[in-house]
Amino acid sequence: MFDWRWAFVADILPRLLKATGNTVLAALLGYGIAAILGLVFALAQRTAIASVNRTVREVVEFIRSTPLVLQIFFVFYVGPQFGITLSPWAAGMIAIGLHYASYLSEVYRAGIEGVPKGQWEAALSLSLSPVRTYSRIIIPQAIPTAFAGMGNYFVGIFKDTPMLSVIGVAELMHTANAIGSEHYRFLEPYTLVGGIFLAISLPTAALLRRLEARIRRKMGLRPR
Amino acid sequence: MTYFEFLNTYGPQLLDGAVTTALQTLLAAALAIGIAVVMGLMRLSHNRFVYGAATVYIEVFRGTSLLVQIYWIFFVLPLFGLTLEKFTAGYIAVGMNLGAYGAELVRGGILSVPRGQWEAATALSMSPAIRMRRIIFPQALLKMLPPWGNLLIELLKGTALVALISVTDLMFVARKINGTTYLSAQAFGSALIIYYVMSRSVITPFMRWLERVMTRKLGRA
Repeated sequence: MFDWRWAFVADILPRLLKATGNTVLAALLGYGIAAILGLVFALAQRTAIASVNRTVREVVEFIRSTPLVLQIFFVFYVGPQFGITLSPWAAGMIAIGLHYASYLSEVYRAGIEGVPKGQWEAALSLSLSPVRTYSRIIIPQAIPTAFAGMGNYFVGIFKDTPMLSVIGVAELMHTANAIGSEHYRFLEPYTLVGGIFLAISLPTAALLRRLEARIRRKMGLRPR
Repeated sequence: MTYFEFLNTYGPQLLDGAVTTALQTLLAAALAIGIAVVMGLMRLSHNRFVYGAATVYIEVFRGTSLLVQIYWIFFVLPLFGLTLEKFTAGYIAVGMNLGAYGAELVRGGILSVPRGQWEAATALSMSPAIRMRRIIFPQALLKMLPPWGNLLIELLKGTALVALISVTDLMFVARKINGTTYLSAQAFGSALIIYYVMSRSVITPFMRWLERVMTRKLGRA
């Protein structure tokens, strides 16, 4: 029968909130890896070497078309087969980082391609080095276009962290599963997990939208 | 064991799993499309309650994880007297989740139809229902198709999570083979390749074809 027990909620909430810390940490770490690796993927697709472009393009397509949860298993279990043992955290971060790097590389690419051609030519005629062209001219202008996508994937990573529970990372979902099987009660833990996700992802999304508006205003662009 | 021997032994099981994944994808896609159209239209309503209901639905399903939703529908709904079989619970959860994302595509697509089209339909004294069905929606559909292609790939990937409530899909079979043989690279690698083929050789070409057909039907080829 359906009965919500507040005493049970009070009992398990501290444990869930502690696990929320791990969830947030996993999201931040995963995003950090993805943000850097994504830039590498994006720039690798812009090099003059055709074979590098093609290979990276195919890898990105492959990662984007296959399920993250399967990639997590793959990274975690295939390593030991070849003598590399990874902790659940390491395997999870590699899988999430790679997965979202391939998404972010597309966001960066769209941002970079959105910068008018004249900017490249101007940088070239001022004989700026490629590094300076990217770091001072192109990337700052690509950020307003890329920001919305980057923000969406940040919230996306956060919502995908429950998949880490399958290899035993002690994040929210894993803790809720443990509580559920210890007490044979799933109503409160799973509902609370849903509530915690909402309580974090909705304000984060709203905050990112406001931040985007501010960046666009600062760059002198009209609001979207 | 060579990879060829592996495929000989476990290929049929993997294919069985792939069939279940395809079924889950089809059923979830049908549900997601239905939900997306209804919720997308509700989001455009001027009635506060209709608009509010759709907004709550979309925010809840987009604000929490698909995995949480699958567990909730499978383990918690029975406490409310609604027990779903795991296969059913799986595609319902995936469909409801992706339907929330699709609703925003439907809304955006409809809003992108030029104002003149609405005005012209009104000037011809079409009823709002006919105007939507005959004039606005077909044009919106054409604009929505490319993002729907991406969404359907997300949906296919989402169905991998139903393995965690023991639906015997491709992901489940790969895990089972891994558990009994420890041939992780072969088991998970094969499953990854099958998912890739399903996205890039089935869903993507199908959506391209649909786009071509729709373009021709609207006389824009």
